[in-house]
Amino acid sequence: MKKMIQHGLVIVDSPYQESGKKRSIMDKLLLGLTPSQYLLQAFRNPFNWILALIFAVGIPLLIGRFFFGLAWATSGSNDYPWGLFLGFGLFAMVPLSSSGFQLGTACEIFGRHDLEPIERLALLNGLLGYFFAVVYLMADLGQPWRLPYPMVVSFGPAAVLFLVAWHVSTYLSVQILEVSTAFFEWIGFPAGKRGVRRITLGLTVSGIILSTLHQGALGALFTYAPGKVHPLWYSSSFQWLHFFVSSLPGGLCMVIAVSTIAAKTMAWRGDRRFRENLDKITVTLAKGACMGLATYITIKLIAIAHDNKWSYIGSGWGQWFLVEIMLGFILPLGLMAYGVHKNKMTVIRLGAFATVFGVVLNRLNTAIITFNWKLPHREIPPWREVLISITIFAIYIVVYRFILYRLPILYKWKLEEEPATAPAAVRVTAAVRNEPNRVPVGSYKSMTELE
Amino acid sequence: MKRRNFLKACLIGGATISLGKTNKGWASGSFEGYPEAMGVLVDTTRCIGCRSCEAACNKEQSLPEPDTSFDDKSVFQAERRTTAKAYTVVNEYEKDKPGGPVYRKMQCNHCNEPACLTSCFVNAYTKTKEGAVIYNSKVCVGCRNCMIACPFNVPAYDYESVTNPIIKKCILCYDTRLKVGRPPACVDICPKEALTFGHRADLVKIAHERIRATPDRYHDHVYGEKEVGGTSWLYLASTDFSKVGFDTTMANEPIISNVKEFLGMVPMVLTIWPALFSGIHLLSKKNAHDEHGHDTESTQEDR
Repeated sequence: MKKMIQHGLVIVDSPYQESGKKRSIMDKLLLGLTPSQYLLQAFRNPFNWILALIFAVGIPLLIGRFFFGLAWATSGSNDYPWGLFLGFGLFAMVPLSSSGFQLGTACEIFGRHDLEPIERLALLNGLLGYFFAVVYLMADLGQPWRLPYPMVVSFGPAAVLFLVAWHVSTYLSVQILEVSTAFFEWIGFPAGKRGVRRITLGLTVSGIILSTLHQGALGALFTYAPGKVHPLWYSSSFQWLHFFVSSLPGGLCMVIAVSTIAAKTMAWRGDRRFRENLDKITVTLAKGACMGLATYITIKLIAIAHDNKWSYIGSGWGQWFLVEIMLGFILPLGLMAYGVHKNKMTVIRLGAFATVFGVVLNRLNTAIITFNWKLPHREIPPWREVLISITIFAIYIVVYRFILYRLPILYKWKLEEEPATAPAAVRVTAAVRNEPNRVPVGSYKSMTELE
Repeated sequence: MKRRNFLKACLIGGATISLGKTNKGWASGSFEGYPEAMGVLVDTTRCIGCRSCEAACNKEQSLPEPDTSFDDKSVFQAERRTTAKAYTVVNEYEKDKPGGPVYRKMQCNHCNEPACLTSCFVNAYTKTKEGAVIYNSKVCVGCRNCMIACPFNVPAYDYESVTNPIIKKCILCYDTRLKVGRPPACVDICPKEALTFGHRADLVKIAHERIRATPDRYHDHVYGEKEVGGTSWLYLASTDFSKVGFDTTMANEPIISNVKEFLGMVPMVLTIWPALFSGIHLLSKKNAHDEHGHDTESTQEDR
C-alpha cells in the first residue's frame, strides 16, 4: 500500500472520489484500487503468504472437525473436557476484548474525549474478540447447532454458564450496534448512525454491566472445580474478581498492542488525528493498565493469604505460578510504570505485550496447564487441535485487518455533510492533479508529501 | 422524629432482606437428599475384583463390546476411569501390601446435590426422588461443563460421535430397573454381596453398624455419607480411603456452595451499575456543557 500511495493513490476516506463522484461500494471494498492492483498488493505482502500457508493446512482441518467429530480433531479427553479451543479461544480471547466496554465507559460516561481517536479501535477489538471466542466455542461444542438452546429450549438459570451464554450473546449484539456507527458512515447511511448514537449511553452502560458479570462469570466457572484447579489459581471467594480485574489491563494492553501493530503495518490507514494522539493515548491507557495490574497482583496475594496457601509456593507448581505472576504481571507493571514516568513509548509497548502474554498464560494455566493437578498425567493437545486453534486465530487477524483497512476506525470519515467545502477541495485536487508540482490539499497523499 | 423512623425502617428492611438471603443460602446448602432416595453401599472388603458388575452394566445399558473380555484381569495394571463405553470400572489397589489387594468399583455416585446438575445451563440433569441423577440428551449442547464440575471425574463424553455426541454415565439403571423398584444390574449380579441396595438413610445405618460390629475389618469412615453434601453411593474400606483411589480432600459442602458468592453478587451488579454509571455520566456531562466541550462537537458529528 505504501508504494501505491507514493505512486499517487488517494486512499478512501470520504464518500467522494477526487473527481467529486460518489464512490461505489466496490470501489470502497477495493480500497480505491482496481481489482488487478488490489490483487497485486495482496500478493506482494509476505504476511499473506504465511496466512495462505496456515489456511491451506488449517481450513481443511477445521471443516474436518465437523465431519469427523471431536475425537478426530481434539484430544477428546474425559479428564480434560476443555482443551485449547476453550482454554485459549474462549478464556483468553474474552479478557483481551474487555477494551470495548472500558474505552466506551471512558469516552461516553466519564467524558474523556481525548481518548476518542482510539475508542473505535477498542470497540472493534472487543467485538472481534467476542465474536471469535464464539467461533472457538462453536468448534468445541459437541452439538454447536444447539447453541441457542439455553435461550429458547431449556433453561438452567442457576448455572454460571447460563449467565455467560446470555451475557455474551447480548453483549455481542450491543457491540455490533456500537461498531455499526462506523459501518453506517462508511456505507453512507446517516440515519442508522443517528439512531445508534441516540442510544449510545444505554448501550455503554449495559456494556459495563454485562462485561463485569461475564468476565467474572468465566472465572466463577472454575469455582465448580475446587479439587481440580490448582489452589494457587483457585479461590472460591475471589475467582470472579481475579478474572474480572485481570481482564481490565488485559483489554487495555491488547488495544495498545493492536494499535502498535496497526501503526507499524498500516501507517497509511491512520489519519493525522490518530497518529498524533497515539502516543499520548498510549500513555493514558498504560496508566490505567498499571492501576489494573497493581490491583490484580494485590488481590491475588490477598487470595493466597485469605486461604493460607503460602506453602504451595515452594512446590513445582508454585514456581510456575511465580513465573506467571513475575513475567506476566509484575514485570509489565514495572515496565509500563517506568515507561510512563520516563515517557518511553517502546518500554510501555513492551510492557503491554507482556501483559497480554501474562493474561493469556494465566487463563491457559487455570483451564489446561495446572488443571487436574492431582492427576498423574498432563494433557498435551494433539497437532490437529493446535492447528485448528491457530487457523481460527489467523481468520481473526484477517477479518480484523479487513475491517481496519476499510471502516473509519483509525481515521475519521470525511462526512457527506460538508459538501460546501469537501467537493470544492476535491475539485481543486482534480484540477491540479495532472500538473507536475502538486499543491497540497486535504488528502492523505498530499499530507505525506508534506512531511 | 419522622426521618429517624424512616431510617430505622430502612435499616430493618435491609437487614431482613440480607438475612432472608443468607437463610435461603443455608437452607439449600444443607439439603440432604430426598427422604425416599435409594442408594448402594459398596463394601470394598468383600469385593474380589471379578468384574461381573462391569459385564452386567455393559449388557443392561447396551454398551458396545469392550476391547478385552470382562474376565481379563490384566486391565488392573493401569488405573481406569469411566468412559463412554463403560459406566462402571473396578480398579485394583494395594496389590502387594498386607491385606491387599483392594478392589474398588467406581461409577456415578449420584450426589444429593449434584455438581453436574447445578453447572448445566440447559438443565439436562435431574435428581429423581428415587435418588438417581439422570440426563436428558435431547437438550444437551455439549459444553461439557458437567465433566469439569464433577468432583469424581465420572461423566464421559461420546467424542467419537459426529452428529449426536452426548454425555454417558451411570443412571442407576433408572429407566429399566430403579423406576419399578428393582436394584441396578451391578447389584443384582454381585456374587459376594459387596453391593447392598436400599434406602440411603438405611444404608448409612448399616454401614456404621458394620464398622461398630467389626472395627478391625474397617477404617472408621463411611465415604459418601458427607462428602460434597452426601452421595447415594456409599463406601466402606479396610484402610484409609486415600490409599484406595478416593479423593479424601473433599469438603462436606456441595460443590455449588463454592459458586454462591459469585451468584449472590450478580443481582447487585444488575441493579447498582446502571444507576451508578448513568449518574456519573450526568455529572461529567454538566461539566462538558460548561466548557462547550463534547456535546456541541457530538451534535455536529451526528448531523
